[in-house]
This record gives sequence, structure tokens and C-alpha cells, in this order.
Amino acid sequence: MSILVRAEAGARHLLSGDEAIARAVWEAGTRVSAGYPGTPATEILETLAQYPDLHAQWSVNEKVALEVAIGASMAGARAFCAMKHVGLNVAADPLMTLTLTGVLGGLVIAVADDVGMSSSQNEQDSRYWGRFAHLPVLEPADSAEAYAMTKRAFELSEQFETAVLLRLTTRVCHVKSLVALGSREDRPVPGFTINPARWVMVPANARRRLPLQLERERQMAVYSETCDLNVDAPGTDRRVGFVVSGPAALHLREAFPNAPQLKLGLGYPLPVGRIRALAAEVDRLVVVEETEPLIETELRAAGLAVHGKDILPRIGELTADVIGPPIRRLIGEPEPAALTPPRPTAVQGGLFPRPPTLCAACPHIGVFSTLFAMRRKVVIMGDIGCYTLGAGHPWHALDSCIAMGASMGMALGIDKAGGASDAGKAILAVLGDSTFLHMGLQGLLNIVYNRGNVTTLILDNRTTGMTGGQNHPGTGHDVHGESAPRVDFAQLVEALGVKRDRIKVVDSYDLPLLFRTIRDEIKVPEPSVVITARPCTLIPEFERRTPHQVLEDRCTGCGSCMDLGCPAITVLRRDQRILDGETFDTTFTTIDSRACTGCTMCVSACSHSAIVPLTAAPSLGACS
Amino acid sequence: MTAALPALNILVCGIGGQGVMTAAEVLAQTAIDHGFDVKKSEVAGMAQRGGVVTSHVRIGPRVLSPVIAPGTVDVLAAFEVAEALRWCDQVRPGGRVVASSQQLVPPVVSGGLYAYPEDAAGLLRAAGVTVGFQVRVVAAGDIAATLGDRKLINSIMLGALADALPFPADALEAKIVERFQVRKPALAALNRQAFAAGRQACQT
Repeated sequence: MSILVRAEAGARHLLSGDEAIARAVWEAGTRVSAGYPGTPATEILETLAQYPDLHAQWSVNEKVALEVAIGASMAGARAFCAMKHVGLNVAADPLMTLTLTGVLGGLVIAVADDVGMSSSQNEQDSRYWGRFAHLPVLEPADSAEAYAMTKRAFELSEQFETAVLLRLTTRVCHVKSLVALGSREDRPVPGFTINPARWVMVPANARRRLPLQLERERQMAVYSETCDLNVDAPGTDRRVGFVVSGPAALHLREAFPNAPQLKLGLGYPLPVGRIRALAAEVDRLVVVEETEPLIETELRAAGLAVHGKDILPRIGELTADVIGPPIRRLIGEPEPAALTPPRPTAVQGGLFPRPPTLCAACPHIGVFSTLFAMRRKVVIMGDIGCYTLGAGHPWHALDSCIAMGASMGMALGIDKAGGASDAGKAILAVLGDSTFLHMGLQGLLNIVYNRGNVTTLILDNRTTGMTGGQNHPGTGHDVHGESAPRVDFAQLVEALGVKRDRIKVVDSYDLPLLFRTIRDEIKVPEPSVVITARPCTLIPEFERRTPHQVLEDRCTGCGSCMDLGCPAITVLRRDQRILDGETFDTTFTTIDSRACTGCTMCVSACSHSAIVPLTAAPSLGACS
Repeated sequence: MTAALPALNILVCGIGGQGVMTAAEVLAQTAIDHGFDVKKSEVAGMAQRGGVVTSHVRIGPRVLSPVIAPGTVDVLAAFEVAEALRWCDQVRPGGRVVASSQQLVPPVVSGGLYAYPEDAAGLLRAAGVTVGFQVRVVAAGDIAATLGDRKLINSIMLGALADALPFPADALEAKIVERFQVRKPALAALNRQAFAAGRQACQT
């Protein structure tokens, strides 16, 4: 990516949507950019942090990121923030009043919807925020558009004195295509001017701003009718015309190259007049939008007869193969001869799945195998991160996942509900370091304040793991990887009111200690916190050690090491053994020495001392 | 000619960490150097954690959709043999499958919940006969082991693919070498060797 930073104006590069946006933000002369990692938007800030002459930061959460951008804009600087769709829910509070104050320096908010849910807890349509907050929404379809529209978004933001939403989807963020680059604008920052009527949104001032906000929206709707962000693609086939936005426009053009389409780059406010004109030219008008029927509903309200979600799915991506059949049925066109004849699947009964799992030596493995061992005695409220995989095979030791930092609130709710089947069970909350700092502090403070009986496990792996290893205030490094103040989790938790005796820091590789610590803490009827400290295997702090092996002559086939769930441990053979007339299943294992990093968790899981370092010569019969 | 030439659809598949994304990137970059338009689409996210990874590479005079429509894959490059089986339904008749014979067993299989197909390469060849696509199975894991570094699978697989592409094999090789000369010059020669071995394995 450093090649991109040095790339000269005029050069064409193969860029992801995220990289293209970062480049455009930098070229636009932006001074301040902020965000919190979230697939598929993470790489925008990661890339931006490599450019010179602008401040980039990982903020603790999206709300703070937006507030940082708002402040910079108030000072007259161009400002930018990036987040995934659910991040804008967190940032909604400042957003809904930012729309009243408007902006001074251009302010662009990139929000990435995970259409298809490749890595998210829900599939929500961020275009609603445009309607809700009366903000313009730009919708690029590919990297070149993402680049051009980002620059344009800053201009519109200043022209109409409003924040602009740049609505992305996974298929924009993570698709690479060619982009011609430009150079950076030099934009002086005038500084903050005291102006309470503009910036202090007490009711008296807010009431005066409200009509301005609505007038701005009206002007944007007029602008939308003539603006070149909305592009007519002519076509000779008048049987059907399309109104489309985002990457669906590309799939659609490929499926129906001859049908007229109006592609909305400015997805809100709608150019209703232009759409009405298109409707008059074609036999039927179909709205193709991912995912909710927003455009369709507004056009119906404007009195236009349109098709949309009555024939197209409301879930997932609208690729050519999804759009094609229902549209062809609508216009009475037969399906083209199948490109491939129907065929039997290659594997009878289907192929095994390959779900994502925790890495070999992942410190979370220690936690979840421990929780698995006490499974019947605990209710485990989970959170958002790699550790959500603890819900899967073989641990099944995470019982909920709703939102960032939600584990502790939910745990307290279960505690206070006092349900019949929960009597005698301990209530646990499990979340990671980055998630705890993002939105977890309040949940824990609330447990303390309301005298809840919840044990919180903070899995500190020194990174934001699931999104690929980003820094946060608990890592001691900033977005550039440079040294930064590091929060002390134990002190922080104590400051929130957890008693010092109820705060335990343990090594998640030390399985016996981890088990004893959790067992002891869940017995105490008051708030307690167990912090597990071990770096993620994918960050530089992780230390690779000597791989281990299973000594065949010592392995009894008990299968205890398999319960750990380490992907480096695999089955060598399954067998049966008869002992005192009873038949037992046995599972003999082996360790993939290429994947093993010598964490030794399996050593403590094996009660037969059958797992030893690879370098130690196996000595027959010698027992330590 | 009025109709635009269709794009060449390459689907690269494998498992998180195998280098699927990098291979797709090299293919895309080489195509750009030869004047083609390219769109490269990938779904990563949770797939990084040992899950299935695919990358769609579409190469043509002008590429619109970044997604390969079902059943229209021209070239399937599979870095793992069961993954070749998973995705071979997407290959068109007349297409080509280049698969590594390597088997990577996920925890759900080794834990006994599912079975790994007994003769995955055989099933793949059978599917090829039924549908009418060509199948080449390359012992990429063994070749990598012989050359002494399992990370070479990437270059071996690119070598195996090299004769199914709309640009010369030499150009692809040069692109790989160029990337290594920028980042890890010591490995350039070894990757050249891996590329050649992969190419030869596919020709024989």
C-alpha cells in the first residue's frame, strides 16, 4: 500500500473501494480522519493512516470518531470518518443533531453495509440514515466511482453545509478495479469561530436551525434532478426501464444491456422528476436496490407505478443471476438456454462445511475449553469479536451475540430476571479488549452500580483481532503503530468499582489456573472480573515456540486434547477399547507441526504426558 | 463486431492463509499490464479464520459486474482438492480446473462430524467427464516440500495456471518475480523455480 501513497497523479492503479476512498480523502485536502475497525470498512482508515499531512486515528468507537470529525469541521477543516453499518448506529446520537448544525469544513461519513452478511451480525440498510437525518447519500458502484464520489462528497458537503453519507457495500469496499489518481489539494484551516446560534444546540437555537435543515433538503432534491451523479444509461429495449443504485447497477447492466436505466449516484434526495420521465418512456419501471425498498416506497408515494421488492429479493446482493429470472418473467421473456446443463453435484450427499474457527494457539481456545468444562453450570453472554467463534464447534460455550459491549448488560438482565432454569447457574459475560473499550465500560459500571452477580471475562489479546489486528487504547500503539499510552485494564476495572480482590489477571495458556480462577470467581456473589492476557497469534507480539508432538506409545486415545478445539490437533485414527467388559471409543491424535506454535495448552489437557516438544527425543517408557 | 467480448472468468479458491488473494492479485496485475480491464472481487472477513476463501478475477476489454455468474467460470484454480470439488459446479463446459492435490482437513472433519471425500481427485475428474471440463491435479504440496517451503504453493499454482490465460506465461512469471524483488529478493529465484515446476506438472 505504500506504493499507492507514493503513486503520482495520472497513474492508474488497481485499488479496492476502501483504498480508492482513502486516496480521495487525502487528495481532498482532509486534515482529520477517524474511525473504528469494522468489516468491510476497516481498510479505509488503515490505508489513510499511511498518507502524510493528515491526522488519522482509531477512535475508541464510532460515536467518538464522528465527534472528532465534527470538531475538525467546526474548525473549518475537511474531516472524514469511516465505519461499518452497525457503527453508525453507535454514532447516531451526534449524527441526528449534526444535521441541524450542519458543517463548516466538508464532512464525509463513509458507512459500509455488509450486504450478504459475510462478517456481520445483521444486514441493515444505511440509506435509511439519509432519510432519517435529512442528509444526502452518495452510492458508488465500484472503486473508480468510490474515488470520484468521495471527492465530490466534500464539495457537496461545503456547498450545502451538510454532512454527506457515502454509502458503501461489501461489494464496493472489497472489489478491486482500476482508478486514475490525482494529487492533493492544499486547503488552509481557518479555525474555530464562536457562534452559539450555530453550534450550541439548545432548544431555542435548534428550533431556528430546523427550517434550515428542511430547506437544505429541498434544495438538494432540486439539485438531484440535474446533477451528473445521477446517470442515464440509454437503451433501445423499452419493455422495461430501471432505477438502480450501487453495485447492483453493474450486475444489472450485464444482465440487461439494452434496457434504459437511471443510475442514482446521489441516492437521496431522489430526482423524482427524472424518474417520472423515464417511467413515461418504458412499459414498466423496476427499482433495483440493495437491500430495503426505500426508493421504491418513495416513488410509490409520488404516484409512480413501479416494481421492486414484489419481484426482487429484499435480502442479500442483487447479482445478475438473482435479478435476471424475475425480470425476464415480468417482461415475458423466456430464460436463455442454461449456460450449463443441470448436473449432479460432484460429491454425493454434499461436501463438509469449512466454518471459520479459532487459530492454533489462539488464547481464546484456553478460555472456551475451560468454559466447555463447566458448561452445565454457566450461562455465557457473548459479544462481537473472534471469540464469538466460541459459540461454534467444539466448544459451544457462548450463548448470545447482539451488539458491541452488549454482553454485560445482557448478563445483568439474566441475573436480575432470576429465571427458574438459571437458579444455581453462574452468569458470565465474555468480551474482548477492544470491544470492552469500545462500548463495554458502561456495561460493567452498570453491573457494579446495580449490584449484579456477574463474572466478566475480558479476553485481552492486545489487538482488535477479527478485523485483522488493529490497535486500540489497550495495545500501547496508535494507528501508525507508534507508541501510545496504554490503558491498564485491571486499574480501569477497579476504578469502575469492582473490588480489588475480585479482579484477577491470568494467562489463558495456564489452563489449570484459568479453571480455578473462573470457578472461584463465579462462586462469589458479587461483580468480578477475570482478565486473560495473551497476545493474538496474528500480531508481532506473539511468540512462536517449539512445536509439539503426540507420543504414540503414551497416547491412550482418551481424546481430551481434541476437546481443546485446537485446529493443529487432528485425528490419527478412531478405535474402540474394551476395559472391564465395557467398550470405550478411543481417538488417537497427531499434531500438525507446521501449524503448532508450542502454546502448550494441549500439554496440560493431556493427563498421560503424551504431548511433548518436537525436539525432545521420545524416550520409550520413561515417564516424568 | 458489435458485441463486447465476454470477460474471462477466473475463480481462485482455497482456505484462509493459503495465498488465494495474493495469487488473484498477481493474475489481475498481469492482465492490467497487458491492457485488459480487470475486476477482482473477494470475500474475506471471517473467512480468514480457516474458512473458505474465494476470489473472482474477471478479465476483459471492459468488465462491468465484479461477480462471476454461476456456471460461467472459465478457469477454476483450487489450492485445496476438496475446495475444487466445492466450487467445480461453477465451471462451464469446456472450462478448465487446476487443483492442488493437497488435503487440508478442518476441525469439523477431524472432530468426526463430517467425512472428507475418499478420492477427491477422482470425484473431480469424474465431474470433469460428466460436464465436459478439463481437470489437472497438481501435487503442489509435494512440489513445495521438495523445494523446501510450503509458502511456494502460490507460485506453483500460478505456474500450473499459466497456459490457460490470455497473456503469456512468461509475463505472469515476471510479475511474480517482480513482486518478490520488491519485498523479499532472496526468494525470487526459488519462486521462479516453483513457477516452472507448477507449469511443468500441469503440462505432463
